[in-house]
Amino acid sequence: MYTLPSKLKLFAIIFMVVGALGMLAGFLGAPSTTAEVKEMMAAHGDGHGTSHDTAADTHNTAMGEHGVTEGHGENAHNDEEAHLEHVLHQLQNRPWSALYVASFFFFMIALGTLAFYAIQHAAQAGWSPVLFRVMEGITAYLPWASVIIIILLLLSVFHVNHIFHWMDGDLINPESPKYDKLIAGKSGWLNPMWFIVRAVIYLLGFNLYRYFSRKWTLNQDNAEDNRWFKKNFKLAAGFLVFFIYTESMMSWDWIMSFDPHWFSTLFGWYVFAGMMVCAITVIAMVTIVLKSQGYLEFVNDSHIHDLAKFMFGFSIFWTYLWFSQFMLIWYANIPEEVTYFITRIEDYNLPFFGMVAMNFIFPVLMLMNSDYKRVNWFVIMSGVVILAGHYIDVFNMVMPATVGTSWFIGLPEIGAMLFFFGLFVLVVFTALTKAPLLAKRNPFIKESKHFHY
Amino acid sequence: MAAKHIHAIYSDDDILMQAVKQVRAAHYHIEEVYTPFPVHGLDKVMGLAPTRIAICSFLYGLVGLAVAITMMNFIMIEDWPQDIGGKPSFSYIENMPAFVPIMFELTVFFAAHLMVITFYMRSKLWPFKKAENPDVRTTDDHFLMAIDAGHHDVEQLSKFLYDTGALEISLIENDDDH
Repeated sequence: MYTLPSKLKLFAIIFMVVGALGMLAGFLGAPSTTAEVKEMMAAHGDGHGTSHDTAADTHNTAMGEHGVTEGHGENAHNDEEAHLEHVLHQLQNRPWSALYVASFFFFMIALGTLAFYAIQHAAQAGWSPVLFRVMEGITAYLPWASVIIIILLLLSVFHVNHIFHWMDGDLINPESPKYDKLIAGKSGWLNPMWFIVRAVIYLLGFNLYRYFSRKWTLNQDNAEDNRWFKKNFKLAAGFLVFFIYTESMMSWDWIMSFDPHWFSTLFGWYVFAGMMVCAITVIAMVTIVLKSQGYLEFVNDSHIHDLAKFMFGFSIFWTYLWFSQFMLIWYANIPEEVTYFITRIEDYNLPFFGMVAMNFIFPVLMLMNSDYKRVNWFVIMSGVVILAGHYIDVFNMVMPATVGTSWFIGLPEIGAMLFFFGLFVLVVFTALTKAPLLAKRNPFIKESKHFHY
Repeated sequence: MAAKHIHAIYSDDDILMQAVKQVRAAHYHIEEVYTPFPVHGLDKVMGLAPTRIAICSFLYGLVGLAVAITMMNFIMIEDWPQDIGGKPSFSYIENMPAFVPIMFELTVFFAAHLMVITFYMRSKLWPFKKAENPDVRTTDDHFLMAIDAGHHDVEQLSKFLYDTGALEISLIENDDDH
């Protein structure tokens, strides 16, 4: 049995406290009136003045997405007050978006691990049963993440924050000057009530699978026959069908709908690929950490090697989807599609291309060599870069629609990441203490222990 | 110079693996093992140096990438620039996304084909080459281990091989090396 080192607990709590302070500073620092925005802009001095002009140029496209009144974009300079108000909304969205991105990022790790775990069960994989308890530990974060996500979504629905632009009721009201035909056309799917109902369905499905699969593998530990193993196999196969539909819809709802005019048909896969890379990276990291503390003596280098191969493979798969999405839109150059990438390339140039380097070029070169995949610290270091890259990926998917040009990775963003990292570590490592680290009665456990690449 | 070899035939890959380990532990020199299919882990047990073909493959991939970039730059930018879909081909970097599939395919093409050719050359394989395996059954279901019998007592070596599970043991004396 694993016992939670008190140092680790303290470390996690410190992260949470520091992170919470950072987030609080973010919320308190957000301006509440346009006058404050003006002051903030003036305080930034000339440096900001020049970037202000370019911001005004791209303003039209950004405004178009935000569906603000027509005629507003015609001469943005005359409309100084409206511009300030726009920036005000962006700055008010920023701490909420930072919180949302970080909470989704860790939710995605837990959910990706759950999907990977279900694949291992459904495939009756022989190599991985020694890692089942590690995966179950990571998925223990899923209920926590689900509650946080649903609270954030409810806050958006009740207009506490305005990160989901389409939730503004005026947009679908034909009488309103803000009426947006495209969003109104999508209101059959994108309406607050149905949005929350769907979210509850997804999260209930994920959490029910997580609850029963965990329960049944624990039952299997003390079983006389393979009854629970077989039940788990069927459950996993069923869950994977549910997952691949709901994961796709979840990505449309919780990420793609930030840009309600834009759509991409492979978006669900794209989010899925990122999710799997992060999940497998975290599985490898937790495994290596536990091994370094003297646990998991039955896990050998070949298991780490296989996880690193998955990190490598899914990084390439992610890039394939990223590029497929990008190239078709770039080539076709249809205005309503291409704005998505234009805002990202113009306003988010460094994070947009930087994360491609971090998520593709870096893992390809680092993890290509077979021998390096067995060097534990090497896997950890590559994993840190991959995780940072995928955080920026989620950041790029959300922020351009919510904060536009007013983005920065500062206190609210880093604070939110630290907070959720602390919570994640605390929940995951506490869950690892709850059960023996070896699923000893799994029929493949012997094969898994002797797994040799 | 006459060379003496012992050919020991096995009928199971697991027994063969065990035998290879024992023969090496007894400090006999294994010249070659002929198998009907690749036996996983045999190279490590025989103490063969790890393959360097992966390094070759990586370098070939880089060559393929370079060829693709040079080729597309010449064809699409320098020699005959066209305005395709409102994207005039005056700059390689601005049109790069359109060339990525070609860059990828040629990287893979070069890496794969040149790697296979390298493998054939290193294995001394070419069309109409006469097969080297000394016993045709090694292409079906038998495994053959060739051991250098040069300075060893043949009787003792045969006895030892018999104990490792060999089904047939034959002494081969030939004047040339093959």
